[in-house]
Amino acid sequence: MAERTKKQRPTTPREQTSTTETEAAPAAENADRLKAELDGLLDEIDEVLETNAEDFVKSYVQKGGQ
Amino acid sequence: MAIPKVSGIETEYGIVVRNADLNAVTASSMLINAFLGRTETRTAWDFFDEQPGNDARGLLLGEILAPDIETHLVNTVLTNGARYYVDHAHPECSTPECRTTTETVLYDRAAEEIMRRSMQRAKALLPNDGEIVVYKNNSDGKGNSYGCHENFLVDRAVPFGRLVSQITPHFVTRQVFTGAGKVGCEAPGSVPGDIAYQLSQRADFFEEEVGLETTLKRPIVNTRDEPHCDPAKYRRLHVIVGDANMSEVATFLKVGTTAIVLSMIEDDALGNDLVLAHPVTAIRQVSNDPSLRTTIALANGKRLTALELQWELLDQARSWADRHGLDSVTVDDGKRILEEWENVLIGLERDPVSVANVVDWVAKKRLVDGYAERHLLQPTDVRLKAIDLQYSDLRADRSLASRCGLRTLVDHDAAVRAIEQPPETTRAYFRGTCLARFADDIVAANWDSIVFDVGRDPLRRVPMMEPLRGTKALTGDLLASCANAAELIARLSETAPT
Repeated sequence: MAERTKKQRPTTPREQTSTTETEAAPAAENADRLKAELDGLLDEIDEVLETNAEDFVKSYVQKGGQ
Repeated sequence: MAIPKVSGIETEYGIVVRNADLNAVTASSMLINAFLGRTETRTAWDFFDEQPGNDARGLLLGEILAPDIETHLVNTVLTNGARYYVDHAHPECSTPECRTTTETVLYDRAAEEIMRRSMQRAKALLPNDGEIVVYKNNSDGKGNSYGCHENFLVDRAVPFGRLVSQITPHFVTRQVFTGAGKVGCEAPGSVPGDIAYQLSQRADFFEEEVGLETTLKRPIVNTRDEPHCDPAKYRRLHVIVGDANMSEVATFLKVGTTAIVLSMIEDDALGNDLVLAHPVTAIRQVSNDPSLRTTIALANGKRLTALELQWELLDQARSWADRHGLDSVTVDDGKRILEEWENVLIGLERDPVSVANVVDWVAKKRLVDGYAERHLLQPTDVRLKAIDLQYSDLRADRSLASRCGLRTLVDHDAAVRAIEQPPETTRAYFRGTCLARFADDIVAANWDSIVFDVGRDPLRRVPMMEPLRGTKALTGDLLASCANAAELIARLSETAPT
């Protein structure tokens, strides 16, 4: 690839295997928060998703465009 | 030196008619007419200079079928400088030309608001709960695709062959953050169940590396040579390979990173190290792998993942910016593009879910996977395809994209203002302002001219061959000081063209 000094990429989690406990706790909280968010979102999908998904998907036919 | 990257986006929207007997063309026309019913402007599009059959590689007539221009369909220009029309049985809205990526995103959002108003007004006109629903996506899941095209102003002096080989690696790998996500597969010879989920709506439909087609055997680089401006100086690169994005940040990245890579190519700052061996194979390999681990073959024999190739492009972009500056994309925008570009690559590398608020394919996949897990569904369950389609439903009460926490860049009120007001730093300002002020005296308009009828004289065509003229700075005082179109024409005859 380019023969020059490459800009150092920010450290990725693969290189951060020695995560300290103080960092691990917020990560777990974050995971819980994301899970709760997703659950709320899935509840909402149950409410707004087209009632007859099969008919909806089958009848979603478009003329080809560009 | 790289020239200013004026850009715009044209989106063909999917439509569904409910409780009414309308074909797709009639329904598309109805949306546009319903929208226009409450505005003053009904100016027709001027087809005088349309030559979509011209090929950037030179004349190859007879080998291919040039796209038809459908002059009989509803086709109009809006006061914000945009074009709103029926194309191939879809409603299509082209943003005005914008000087910055930030503005292009604003006008793409304004186009969404135009579609929402169109839906609401058409619904009010239709009896018996009739409704026309608009989707901002690119495929119906049955092998039919419709486009979301980007356009960029490019220096004519750049050899077209080099432009093709050097932009292709970006088009193939930018899918990792521009992909809108798709349940299933529509590649020729495949069945939907072959691929449970892929990054891109469009990748299945690309069969050539380069060519003039847009509706069949689509090429990764489209060669339509129709600059809509001075053809001796400029090209308009017509990009047909992208997905329509619901995420504003994804649209920003799609347009912004491409504007930067094109600037690098103009400055001959991007070598051939990243040229791909088999772009058509690679575009599907990248799209078909949400794990982002697949490697694609380079012409020099090496293999890289799409993310690794994007990191290389970003590294080279930073180095280019240090040497050449960011004027082609404007400094403020350029810095934001580089920052967002780096952040999205870091996120995708760490864990794609971390960018579910930015990348459409990740946001959609999270819904699809979560829903499948909750209801114990097979990957081919029709409800998952329904989620895919409904993600891009533009009705506020049905849209799934608007519910999943996508980060926004555009203020809602600004998007609403942009329905009527043009950008101020391109010729779209002159076009839009003339339409707002003098609509009754304008017979027709298009990207590079306006035709006036001021009564006593023959029709007067005002050319606008320079995208960066006709700005507010150059024409604002003139337009403000003219009481009518006749005065404007008289004043323009005395001065240089806009």
